[in-house]
Amino acid sequence: MAAKTLYDKIWDAHLVAEGDGETILYIDLHLIHEVTTPQAFAGLRAAGRPVRRPDRTLAVADHNVPTEGQALGAGAVADEEARLQLLTLERNVAENGIEYFPMGDLRNGIVHVVGPEQGRTQPGMTIVCGDSHTSTHGAFGALAQGIGTSEVEHVLATQTLRQAKSKNMRVTIDGTPAPGVGAKDFALAVIGAIGTAGGTGHVIEYAGEAIRALSMEGRMTLCNLTIEAGARAGLVAPDETTFDYIRGRPAAPKGAAWDMAVAHWKSFFTDDDAVFDREIALDAGQIAPLVTWGTSPEDVMPIDGRVPDPASFATPDKRASAERALDYMGLTAGQPITEAKIDRVFIGSCTNSRIEDLRAAAAVVQKAFLEGRLVAPHVRAMVVPGSGLVKAQAEDEGLDAIFKAAGFDWREPGCSMCLGMNPDRLAPGERCASTSNRNFEGRQGRGGRTHLLSPAMAAAAAIAGHLTDVRDFI
Amino acid sequence: MKPFTRIDAKAAPLALSNIDTDQIIPKQFLKTVDRIGLSKGLFYDFRFDEAGREKPDFVLNQPAYKDAGVLIAGDNFGCGSSREHAPWALLDFGISCVISTSFADIFYNPCVQNGLLPVVLPAQAVEDLMAQARGGNHVISVDLAAQTVTAPDGRVYDFEIDPSRKHKMLNGLDAIGETLQKAPDIDVYESARALDTPWLERA
Repeated sequence: MAAKTLYDKIWDAHLVAEGDGETILYIDLHLIHEVTTPQAFAGLRAAGRPVRRPDRTLAVADHNVPTEGQALGAGAVADEEARLQLLTLERNVAENGIEYFPMGDLRNGIVHVVGPEQGRTQPGMTIVCGDSHTSTHGAFGALAQGIGTSEVEHVLATQTLRQAKSKNMRVTIDGTPAPGVGAKDFALAVIGAIGTAGGTGHVIEYAGEAIRALSMEGRMTLCNLTIEAGARAGLVAPDETTFDYIRGRPAAPKGAAWDMAVAHWKSFFTDDDAVFDREIALDAGQIAPLVTWGTSPEDVMPIDGRVPDPASFATPDKRASAERALDYMGLTAGQPITEAKIDRVFIGSCTNSRIEDLRAAAAVVQKAFLEGRLVAPHVRAMVVPGSGLVKAQAEDEGLDAIFKAAGFDWREPGCSMCLGMNPDRLAPGERCASTSNRNFEGRQGRGGRTHLLSPAMAAAAAIAGHLTDVRDFI
Repeated sequence: MKPFTRIDAKAAPLALSNIDTDQIIPKQFLKTVDRIGLSKGLFYDFRFDEAGREKPDFVLNQPAYKDAGVLIAGDNFGCGSSREHAPWALLDFGISCVISTSFADIFYNPCVQNGLLPVVLPAQAVEDLMAQARGGNHVISVDLAAQTVTAPDGRVYDFEIDPSRKHKMLNGLDAIGETLQKAPDIDVYESARALDTPWLERA
């Protein structure tokens, strides 16, 4: 039998039917939220079509929820359009018998934090959601992809997706990262190396000793950002780290079913002699703490570097985009990036709002606090846990007390300032050190300037008042 | 979905690479429960200043391009989020075809599913079309059945498209209806899976 990649194996295990160029692929888990589903449910209703598998669908409210006052419920959300979307979701899940964690429920939070946390995300699965960062769940060795609203409607009606198979790409990261360097830096290094279109048409599997050494939170950060490299999905083969994370979670198999499940999950790995269409290798030891300087996630530079000169780019399009980016970001070619004074810090998002992210940021804050340093007076810094359960755990560990003592705002869970669809957003011209995933123009608020970086780097920036090298803080 | 066969329309040049979905339609326009009326948010931050006034220098605000039906853009058009509001907004504005050297996967499929044709051409061809569109000589023909783009100067460029996607677009077919014809296959698959992964079956 021909050698297969992990992606090939998951693909083959979910084939329902094959046609000309497109395959009907079974979907094990469909995650839904308020923003990309109303038109899908309206379409089903108009056609008189039922939801095929409500039991394989899970709904949360995350994109446009405010990060305070959540206990008051969706009816109390001030933004009229956001409230209508939230109430529409409530009606749609009730009509169709879909499990739903409403705003304010301890289990609610960002969809890509909730799925894994509940044990719904499992190895070897196919997972979709009307959100590009669904790639996050690939950390478990699940084929997880963001889909559009037409596809959401298709999955609701048929529990399948029509798709052409992607190519296989492998990114191998060996070596040991230096202190202060982690999964976020790995991800930015990959995007910087291959570009935001580098993964187009591919599914990326991450391999190598530096990947094996990552926690599940780290793997989720890495797979989350895979979509920013243009790939359909990211994958990490499941191992003991994966199984340890899943064990005991609400939807994890129990008793004899657990052993059966682990045996099944262990069949999802890339064969030794499988061939990839494209291979990239990075040395973790060579990766510095990274930060973005422009308005595309591929605009990556080491924190101790200088802002690049647009003239150094290869094509006229790229030069025009770089010039536009520097102008938008208010930066000058050749200046050290650490000169960039910040106004805001955002620690959160489906990229970096899990307990390990909050611990990494809190460690930097605590050390500085013990040296008598607080959040710089001109900086507004906020921490937004990824779910109610992450928030509760952080509070049990006393992390909230550290953040609050240093001057951080401790918020309720949601997508928050990652995309500015809710009250948390940047004012025009404000510069933000952000642990989120996109530095696009206007992403965090019209005219807002976003620098992507790791939670520890964001915490260090909050205290310094400008972008700064986390290695000076640890 | 409206079938796409052939259009003869003005082409607007937008020579930027990595145009992302936040630029195509910013998040404040995603808070809708409808598919229609989204043209008001299309390229909002390019088209309007902070006071909501039109920016005269943006291509789609110029009289020659206001009624463009085709957009010619730089590399990697549509990167970013899976928001289908992006193709909905383009279509609502009257643009039913985008030509670029490459599209983000996450944008390409929703386009096809809504009757918006994404055409991939080599860099030189896109540059030639862009130059002609800039010069004001800008009515081009896009023929899906023939898989050709005819430039204002008469040059014809062939493009590739997956046959099943082409068939669906030409006929305006509903993917769900088609898949539901395979419901017996889905039933068979589900019965087999229930035995393989029983812990995923909920009572």
